[in-house]
Amino acid sequence: MTRPEGTPTPATGAPAVTPARRAARRSPFGTLLGPLVALALLLVFNAVFTPNFLTVQTLNVNLTQVATIVIVAVGMTLVIATGGIDLSVGALMAISGAIAPMLFLHPPLGSPALGVTLAFILPVLAAGAFGLFNGTLVTRFGIQPFIATLILFIAGRGIAQVFTNGQLQTFNNAAFQYVGLGRPLGIPFQVILMVLVVALFAWIMARTVFGRQVLAVGGNEAAARLAGIPTSRVKLAVYGISGLLAGLAGLIVISINSSSDANQVGLNMELDAIAAVAVGGTALTGGRATVVGTLVGALIIQLIRYSLLARGVPDSAALVVKAVIILVAVYIQRARR
Amino acid sequence: MSAVNSPRVTSDERRARFAAVVQRYGVLIALALLVLFGALRYEGFLSPYNVFTVLGYNSMFGLVALGMAFVIMTGGIDLSVGSVAAFASVVGALLSPYGLWPALLGAVAAAALLGLVNGLVIAYLKILPFITTLAMLLAARGLALMLAKDQSVSVDYDHGFTTLGQGNVGGVPFTAILLGVAFAVGMVVLRYTRFGRHVLAIGGNEEASRLMGLPVERTLVTTYVLSGALAGLAGVILASQFGAGQPTEGLGWELTAIAAVVVGGTLLTGGSGSVGSTLVGVLLLGIIFNILNFENGRGTISLSAYWQSVIRGAFLLVVVVLQNQLGRARSATRRD
Repeated sequence: MTRPEGTPTPATGAPAVTPARRAARRSPFGTLLGPLVALALLLVFNAVFTPNFLTVQTLNVNLTQVATIVIVAVGMTLVIATGGIDLSVGALMAISGAIAPMLFLHPPLGSPALGVTLAFILPVLAAGAFGLFNGTLVTRFGIQPFIATLILFIAGRGIAQVFTNGQLQTFNNAAFQYVGLGRPLGIPFQVILMVLVVALFAWIMARTVFGRQVLAVGGNEAAARLAGIPTSRVKLAVYGISGLLAGLAGLIVISINSSSDANQVGLNMELDAIAAVAVGGTALTGGRATVVGTLVGALIIQLIRYSLLARGVPDSAALVVKAVIILVAVYIQRARR
Repeated sequence: MSAVNSPRVTSDERRARFAAVVQRYGVLIALALLVLFGALRYEGFLSPYNVFTVLGYNSMFGLVALGMAFVIMTGGIDLSVGSVAAFASVVGALLSPYGLWPALLGAVAAAALLGLVNGLVIAYLKILPFITTLAMLLAARGLALMLAKDQSVSVDYDHGFTTLGQGNVGGVPFTAILLGVAFAVGMVVLRYTRFGRHVLAIGGNEEASRLMGLPVERTLVTTYVLSGALAGLAGVILASQFGAGQPTEGLGWELTAIAAVVVGGTLLTGGSGSVGSTLVGVLLLGIIFNILNFENGRGTISLSAYWQSVIRGAFLLVVVVLQNQLGRARSATRRD
């Protein structure tokens, strides 16, 4: 934008106070109200019309399916809160899912215990490193986030396929698969992980300096920089976190499937995660975020998918429905601002 | 250059223009060097067979990239091109018993309709282009799978549908001719029509364009319809070339198209760009893969098909980083 010289800068300060104050006054429950009502309506609808909906089994099926989406979407929430986006999450899941079996199927030093331990750690770290790569492109090279992460969106899955030569890796390893199949106290282990991740990041966003910095960067990056916030480091960190969480989700998916298919693991996950974030009430323009909202958003999407499948709607039609949901959610977001 | 920039030419702008020239000719020189390398190293590299195979195959990416170039010049993006092409390939295959023209027009119209939805949502509901087209990526894939009943649809061979992808005039494949014509038209449209000026003006500064009374919404919608239609055309070629409508094809096409557009010097922020350089970008990527194929054939390297997407990603990476380094001054002057 070029402003004619000599014209005084319009005083943007004064009118900007009102929306900010309004946002501050709005309780966290306020932004969550819409999504919660939608979730309640879906629950009532299914309780009435879907046979066998109110059973522990249905609950478990839905929760285990939603867990990976929630875990990835929490990372996405942080990235989006800085005004960015991470399209590479599905591909990073595939990378992490491709590396893990190699470690426990061919354990280093012939020690299965070491193999399983490393299978939990190294793939997640690798995904985190790729996340930092995304962050570097965004911060150091100033590349738009969706282009920067588009690179790994395509190439990342290719890397996973190259690792495995496109082959399906099947396995049966109780110790490793606990992450996807374990049931302490009857609760699926990944659901516990999901709750822990949501609780941790909800706390980080609400109570820590880092959380405030993330929102400040997304709200007004120039102002945040002038206020002394290390904006580049904050952005680098959120992409790294998004990568780590995607890596964790990749491990859960391959554990549930007892196999790792680089062509399939995490496919379309970026869309599920973005949809969960948008439906949950986080602004895609950054500066505002609700981790609990993302959890609610993911549950809504999961329930819609479940309702469709329970009615025999094919997967392909469900894709179209999901696309419409994303647009509607984003549109409502826009309208509210 | 955008029409709304101030007339003053600062040293920054001069540097920026210099950078643009370096990039434009740099790509051309890179292409020339690659062709020279290939011609010296491989027998049959410049044979009509190889040249036309490369052109024929890359015509699909070329058409998609042409549409993408216009979209990017408005400051937008179209991530749905790959699955829209897959959708069109299915529609084309289903219509192929009625002959080439009905199938071609039907499929292109269907794809243009998806582009219209993209355009309307972006222009009137004001949802970010990459979100809108990401949703369309999903929706078009779903529609393609629904129409095809989750499997590839073989085409009808008796009513001329396959001539488009497999026929030729004096050895020159139809697809290569189509590609040439499309880019010639694209160049004229960008340079000499009101629509072309509007595209650049909107990409340069949408608000200013609106204040100047340009039909911003209509231009945006037209651009996405164009991108959808060209992706549709690419889809028909795909079905016609391989004899089947393929609902799961087109993965990563958007990446190839974006890379081709960007390597040609078009800014991802919109407002400036060139159609001709986009074609050079497409050919550059096509020839890189052609050379890799030759090397694979010689046994010097052995790259599985899975490397393709890694190489495409690396290519886009190099291109955007280089453009960023070259064009830092440009973006600095634009962002004020």
